[in-house]
Amino acid sequence: MRRAQLRSPRTTHAIQTLHVVILGNGITGASAAVRLRELRPDWQITMISGESAHPYSRPALMYVFIGHMRYQDTKLQEDSFWPKQRIDLVRDWAVELDAPAKRLRLHRGGELTFDRLLLATGSKPNRFDWPGQDLRGVQGLYGLMDLKLLHDNCEGARQAVIVGGGLIGIELAEMLHSRGIHPTLLVREPAYWSNVLPEDEARMVGRAIDAAGIGLRLESELAEIVDDGTGRAGAIVTKAGERLEAQIVGLTAGVSPNLDLVGDTQIECERGVLVDDGLRTSAEDIWAAGDCAEIRREGDERNLLQQVWYTGRLQGRLVAESIAADSRAAGAAPSYDPGLWYNSAKFLDLEYQTYGEVRPGGRGQESLWWQHESRQMGMRIALAEGDRVAGFNVVGLRYRHEVCRRWLSEGRGLDYVLDHLGEANFDPEFEPRFEPTMATSMRGARP
Amino acid sequence: MIDPRTLAYDFDEEAEGFGEPPRVERPRLPLDQKLCLGLLGAGLLTLVAQIGGTALSGTWGGMALSWGSIALGTSLWFWRLYAGTTPGIKHDGIWFRSALSRGALGWLAGIFMTGMYVLIYWFPQVLGESADGPPTGLVATVDPLAQLVTGYPASRWFLYGVLYTTAILVFGVRMFMKYRHSRYHQIRTASVMVFQFGFAWLLPNLLVLFQKPYMEFNGIWPLKQNYIWPEKWGEFTGAGAFGLFLLVWAVGLVVATPILTYFFGKRWYCSWVCGCGGLAETLGDPWRQLSDNSTRAWKIERWMIHSVLAAVLAVTVSLWIDYKTTGAVYGSWSGGVRQWYGFYIGAVFSGVVGVGFYPLLGNRVWCRFGCPQAAILGIWQRFYSRFRITTNGDQCMSCGNCSTYCEMGIDVRSYAQKSENIVRASCVGCGVCASVCPRGVLKLENGSTHADRYEGSDRPLDAFVKSLGIRDR
Repeated sequence: MRRAQLRSPRTTHAIQTLHVVILGNGITGASAAVRLRELRPDWQITMISGESAHPYSRPALMYVFIGHMRYQDTKLQEDSFWPKQRIDLVRDWAVELDAPAKRLRLHRGGELTFDRLLLATGSKPNRFDWPGQDLRGVQGLYGLMDLKLLHDNCEGARQAVIVGGGLIGIELAEMLHSRGIHPTLLVREPAYWSNVLPEDEARMVGRAIDAAGIGLRLESELAEIVDDGTGRAGAIVTKAGERLEAQIVGLTAGVSPNLDLVGDTQIECERGVLVDDGLRTSAEDIWAAGDCAEIRREGDERNLLQQVWYTGRLQGRLVAESIAADSRAAGAAPSYDPGLWYNSAKFLDLEYQTYGEVRPGGRGQESLWWQHESRQMGMRIALAEGDRVAGFNVVGLRYRHEVCRRWLSEGRGLDYVLDHLGEANFDPEFEPRFEPTMATSMRGARP
Repeated sequence: MIDPRTLAYDFDEEAEGFGEPPRVERPRLPLDQKLCLGLLGAGLLTLVAQIGGTALSGTWGGMALSWGSIALGTSLWFWRLYAGTTPGIKHDGIWFRSALSRGALGWLAGIFMTGMYVLIYWFPQVLGESADGPPTGLVATVDPLAQLVTGYPASRWFLYGVLYTTAILVFGVRMFMKYRHSRYHQIRTASVMVFQFGFAWLLPNLLVLFQKPYMEFNGIWPLKQNYIWPEKWGEFTGAGAFGLFLLVWAVGLVVATPILTYFFGKRWYCSWVCGCGGLAETLGDPWRQLSDNSTRAWKIERWMIHSVLAAVLAVTVSLWIDYKTTGAVYGSWSGGVRQWYGFYIGAVFSGVVGVGFYPLLGNRVWCRFGCPQAAILGIWQRFYSRFRITTNGDQCMSCGNCSTYCEMGIDVRSYAQKSENIVRASCVGCGVCASVCPRGVLKLENGSTHADRYEGSDRPLDAFVKSLGIRDR
């Protein structure tokens, strides 16, 4: 960011200098800190994390472990960025929050008072009271401590079982595989990540898993983790009674909001910390955003719990504006608009992007699927009423975010999109283009 | 309640490394890979025997058994290595490997490569070059080829050319296999292989054979600083119609530079045509992650590369003034400066440091910090070109693979995570940032006009003036 933007006009200085404390330096906390500094050049900003001295990219954890990068390569900014922005980084854990007194107690270093507080404490891996889940060798994959733990657990391990067929599970499998440990993925559903991916896409990911030499057990559920006699995991047993040797058991069956700190306070929580559309909690001058926040929705609509990287960043930027706003008066603070849903992932060598709404297993949604006859490439266009395009799933190809967003927000119809599909392609130069084939095949599949 | 396991977390993530994998039993090497190594080893042994001076020395058979086996063994090794993996980015364990992460083996490799340059530049007699009589030792091992292609006995420079070209071809095979999922990398690798073999090695040597002025056809002033110096022009104009062609070629490339750069960016030269770029993109590829991507390095880079550009401009102008005034203005001074530039910049910087330090400072040391041609191309690219790296919406997740594997030390992530397109003078357009990005966020492209690259780029002069102040990102 340029320094010029930090000089704000005099008129915004009506409010006195405040001290904002941000709990958590994940993408939500870090995005909020940077945005808040832009909006409030003279406020004091303190960001607290016990995990790392500087904000880093958590999705890059796997790359540190498999040796693509060093830890320092995953930092969001150069170290000098934070003092330049006058954002104070505190390496500590907050262990107690006194909301009415606006005071935090830290594990290592005393107490800290704030004028405004942002809870960006993230989430924790789910554990479903499986027998043996506290044995050594059993772990999740969330932060740096898990990376260290995994490194230690790898010592002497030959096989691993990973419970849960999501994004983290496959990352963990790739990590273990790189260390010569044979991982098997235990997936409850009939296909990989099939609560999110339609069948064709899930099968494609399954093929990539096979090709990499990683085991995949579908329709299998964990019953028990077996002690090897030393207090360490030695095997698992599935509900069907199958026994798999495993010195490492990865638990990657999703995450839940981390409510450790707010559990002892009066702040209202359900699944996560409840916030309004300005990401304000029920307590005065306390906000929550990212993985830990649950946004209230009016009427029948289900509360919003968004736990991916992109929404974390979006909520972080928005909450900064909300915190910077002068008062709680209506219209003074912005309200959170999640915008177009998009996400992306990489399963081993296979890239995946999704835009808009693509429901798994059809569920009352018509969609058209094209896939390359031999290469790992596929494209799905999901449809809404009147042939309006509702979303895209792109596998083994890259598509242009801006174009997809525009088409979806303009409510373009299938014909238009198929006519212009090539404009959305974002593959590297010289890669073969399949859009004409896709359009023909999709048109042919319609009555 | 805070989880006590969390509070027990106590280590320094900077020092931790999370790295050295515990020693896992490695599977035994398959037979075909052993054979590749055997071929390489046999080649090295034959080479050593020939340097010692056996009957094989200086024969075609000797050349085939030594250099042939080494090249073939290494190529097959890389072929087999990557053929055994699924197509895609294979960077596992790079930072755990001593040779690739400035460990003891990396330093050894750096010392070896630097040592080779030192021998070639300053101790040719050690390599077996002799001014009066047939070559011996290492130089003699390529003598039959030199006789065939140039009509002269082999010299250290001929040996250097053979080694350089072979390295690009052999490691080009590695690039083909490593990036067999990417047409962009395959095509640009084929391009540097063709330009090095044909334009920079075969044709120039044939010029020697036919007693014509020497010239590398992919070399451009000011990288090849003397191609438009008066002395070289004397050679050209003294060589008849063909000499005139060479002169037009040399000037033509200088003129073509801004035009091609406008349409395609700097990459048309730096990672498709240039010999230095060719070596960096092939032999140097394993070390690209060592390029420093800090803001400090960027500052040093800008000062150094533009100083070299200023120096070569000054030398060129002074030589021409000298020539036109028959030495009245500078006397012998410009000749001395010419020698100085040729030695310190042309030899020491571009060779000894530029290539010798690949395993320590990354594979583009010369291109980043020294090359005046890159400086000129960079100025055009930054201010008047259609080329850019497009960031795909807000999809960056800040992992850092792009910045880590950028050989030019560009902090690509710092732009991508702000959803900004990347327009940087130093980008050579190798395309690796786009390949290593696990979310498909980056794409090299030539925009329809230079104006659609970023705000303000339709006013290159304004942008240039603005950039003269030290910019604070």
